[in-house]
Amino acid sequence: MARTGPAERPLSPHLQIYKPSITMVMSILHRITGAALFVGTLLLVIFLVALASGKTSFGTVQAIYGSFLGKLVLFGYTWALFQHMCGGIRHFIWDTGAGLERETRLKLGWATLIGSLVLTALAWIVYFLG
Amino acid sequence: MSKSTESLSTPMARVRGLGAAKSGTGHFWLTRLTAVANVPLTIAFVVIVLMLAKADYAAAMKIVGHPVAGILLLLFVGSATVHMRLGMQVIIEDYVHSEGTKIVLLMLNTFFAVFVGLASAYAILKVGFGG
Ligand code: HEM
Repeated sequence: MARTGPAERPLSPHLQIYKPSITMVMSILHRITGAALFVGTLLLVIFLVALASGKTSFGTVQAIYGSFLGKLVLFGYTWALFQHMCGGIRHFIWDTGAGLERETRLKLGWATLIGSLVLTALAWIVYFLG
Repeated sequence: MSKSTESLSTPMARVRGLGAAKSGTGHFWLTRLTAVANVPLTIAFVVIVLMLAKADYAAAMKIVGHPVAGILLLLFVGSATVHMRLGMQVIIEDYVHSEGTKIVLLMLNTFFAVFVGLASAYAILKVGFGG
């Protein structure tokens, strides 16, 4: 609901007031990658429906996905998928009540980012070598 | 505050369901359940995509048409679409404060997830059952 008068209770200050930390950046990335993956499922439907429709439509989609721009989008999609997956695993750890201390929290944040970058690199190395 | 002495309902009963989502733990639980399922299914999905990456039409039909790949793709699509619908619902509830717009977007969210899920499933099954 849109607020009309001034709030009568203490409100949490908005994002800009906090000093950015890896925990916070990873949290924001989890939401952004989640939304990107949502839209990105279109890539999968288009591919599958093209394949089921026949040789011509499959060829068209394969050509678009295999183009430079196509590969760039797919690269981004791969990273978003792994970043979100690693971020999700971080959530599972927190859901058990573990890993919330400052030191562990920061380590988990970096592990999320490094994990996603390593997995993305791995997938694309397999692609280029395979 | 005087109201609380007039009403027979407990304070809990009066606040339950009043948040932006009008509901509670069921949503959280289903998000976690599908998120856990998504981990192995995503890895399987990436492996299948890598197999498909350089495939021509005949090879791609064979890969997606294989029962193991087909079943894994169906599971991934099913789990991911339920999960992303729940996730996007939270995003909408967080940022859209006008009640009308919110309801429209929540409907579109469901339509999109169902469309992606069913269209993908149809295509996978069609390929699996012989193109
Ligand atoms: C790969 C394995 C995945 C895991 C482990 C995972 C895990 C999670 C978790 C735990 C949340 C809840 C975060 C919270 O409570 O704040 C979440 C949110 C979300 N997920 Fe996933 N997810 C996965 C895959 C996907 C996929 C494939 C999609 C889309 C197709 C997706 C879309 C979303 C969206 C849109 C949200 C909402 C983001 C938010 O509220 O900030 N996720 N995910």
